[in-house]
Amino acid sequence: MALDLHIAHPLRAFALDLELSVGEEALALVGPSGAGKSSVLRVIAGLLRPELGRVALHGETWLDTRAGVDVSPERRRVGLVFQEYALFPHLTVRGNVGFGGRGRVDELLERFRISGLAEARPAELSGGERQRVALARALARDPGVLLLDEPLSALDAFTRAQVRTELRELLRSLALPTVLVTHDFEDAAALSDLVGVLVDGHVLQTAPPSELVASPADAFVASFTGANLLRGIASEGPAGLTAVALDAGFTAYTVEESRGPVSVVVYPWEVSVARDAPDDSAVNHVRAPIASLVQLGNRVRVRIGPITAEVTAQSVERLGLREGDVVVASFKATGARLLPAS
Amino acid sequence: MVLVFFLLPVAAIFARVPIGSLLDQLSSDVVGDALRVTLKTNAVALVLIVLLGTPTAYLIATRSFPGRVVVLTLLELPLVLPPAVAGIGLLAAFGRLGLLGGTLQVFGLEVGLGTQAAVVLAIAFVAGPFYVRPAVAAFEAVDPTLLGAARTLGAGPGRTFFRVALPLAAGGLSAGAALSFARGLGEFGATIMFAGSLQGVTQTLSLAIYQEFDLNFDSALAISALLVLVSAALLLSVKLVAGWRSTYTSLIPFARSPSISS
Repeated sequence: MALDLHIAHPLRAFALDLELSVGEEALALVGPSGAGKSSVLRVIAGLLRPELGRVALHGETWLDTRAGVDVSPERRRVGLVFQEYALFPHLTVRGNVGFGGRGRVDELLERFRISGLAEARPAELSGGERQRVALARALARDPGVLLLDEPLSALDAFTRAQVRTELRELLRSLALPTVLVTHDFEDAAALSDLVGVLVDGHVLQTAPPSELVASPADAFVASFTGANLLRGIASEGPAGLTAVALDAGFTAYTVEESRGPVSVVVYPWEVSVARDAPDDSAVNHVRAPIASLVQLGNRVRVRIGPITAEVTAQSVERLGLREGDVVVASFKATGARLLPAS
Repeated sequence: MVLVFFLLPVAAIFARVPIGSLLDQLSSDVVGDALRVTLKTNAVALVLIVLLGTPTAYLIATRSFPGRVVVLTLLELPLVLPPAVAGIGLLAAFGRLGLLGGTLQVFGLEVGLGTQAAVVLAIAFVAGPFYVRPAVAAFEAVDPTLLGAARTLGAGPGRTFFRVALPLAAGGLSAGAALSFARGLGEFGATIMFAGSLQGVTQTLSLAIYQEFDLNFDSALAISALLVLVSAALLLSVKLVAGWRSTYTSLIPFARSPSISS
């Protein structure tokens, strides 16, 4: 089974124009807010009719504007989980799950560990519980496609990590064509097999998450995956390296070749932090005060001048790093990739 | 001072009528007939208003179409129209010699001076907007995402309306219906111009007060007292419904107790 879609639809500031084919896998559309992500889901579900478009599931056409086909939402086999879940406030958990199909209600309540809440109303549930109700409700219809709109954004940070793991396992076990949209690259990478980067209505690149990190198509994709992006002018450097005079005021060396305006891409986990310039193989050093320290689980993102480094919480403690301390951020010439300046 | 100004006339009605004579006055033929006519015509008008007004309000609230603002304004027009003007308008439109009078007669419907249909029409015209306006607001307050969710869960437009929109708007609709009913009970101007004041046929309680005012002031006072009580009861029920509704809806955005978890 595969979901095929083609959409061309003018939105306020730009036009949505994309073509996708999703097999029995999870595709995440990531992009900044307002990139048209939710509109894509609404078109698939039949809640938004695009100016031009085609939506078909395994040869069953739901929408074909040219042929005048537009199957109404209730007759498309779609399971849509809304951003704020859109649970019916006047119905119990059982009533919500059974709204689309009564056949499997007990099985689904059991599977999502909400049997004990069957008679509760949505207002009494926690964020994580609401999400499980929304998923159970969407699956009760036996959908051919699962659509998730920002599935984790309504959750607090603690619940989020746990739900992310559960949701990944669920998506794997369902093996349904799944389209999820999120503005968070980490969520996308954790939940999906393929990630499409959607900007201003266009998909810039579709690839497995690891590939997006390894070879981003352009500077936007790179920055979206969490990379440092440093603009500068490339010229020939010593020992066959390329020297890039950065706008930020220092020079970076890289093994990649280029001349003229470029963006240097450095991933935070390829940047090490030390009190003094280390005598190691790294040739790029930036000495600057620490602007911020942000803890993410057992890792800490350290902002040093124009560069963000990601190091373990343990290292931060060992080095006794504090905001304002002057430190050296280092990365190797092999860790600095070049992209044409955007 | 303001409070006294508003309360004094109401209190005065009860001060002038001893409880004993109140019951005597209310058991007269004139009052009995007026009560029957009032209840019957208002019940029929309310059914008409709710049956036709509810779908109209739902469509206005959920569809965007050109001229929506104009339609809303036209629906509000009877709210500000002087009742006498409403009566003349109804006469000119539906009366025996009115624009549609001939058409209605073809269908065997006689609307005009001295018919109960005219009373119902006058009440529906004047009191209808009191239902439709809050009904539009009640449907607009229903999160459109919920209606979309119902559609993706396999519910057609009809099932979406009955299972999601209607229950969620029910509080606002009942409040609107109560207000509309209260306005209908007091209808006077349009009814007397359009339907006349014929005891047992078109004479409602309000019209009876006007008639008894000349003949038997105590009787007029007694009917007034009755209407005060009915109106107060309706107002109270609106307040109760509104109060119940606000506690019900204000719960929704918040998780009431984080302690309930699996």
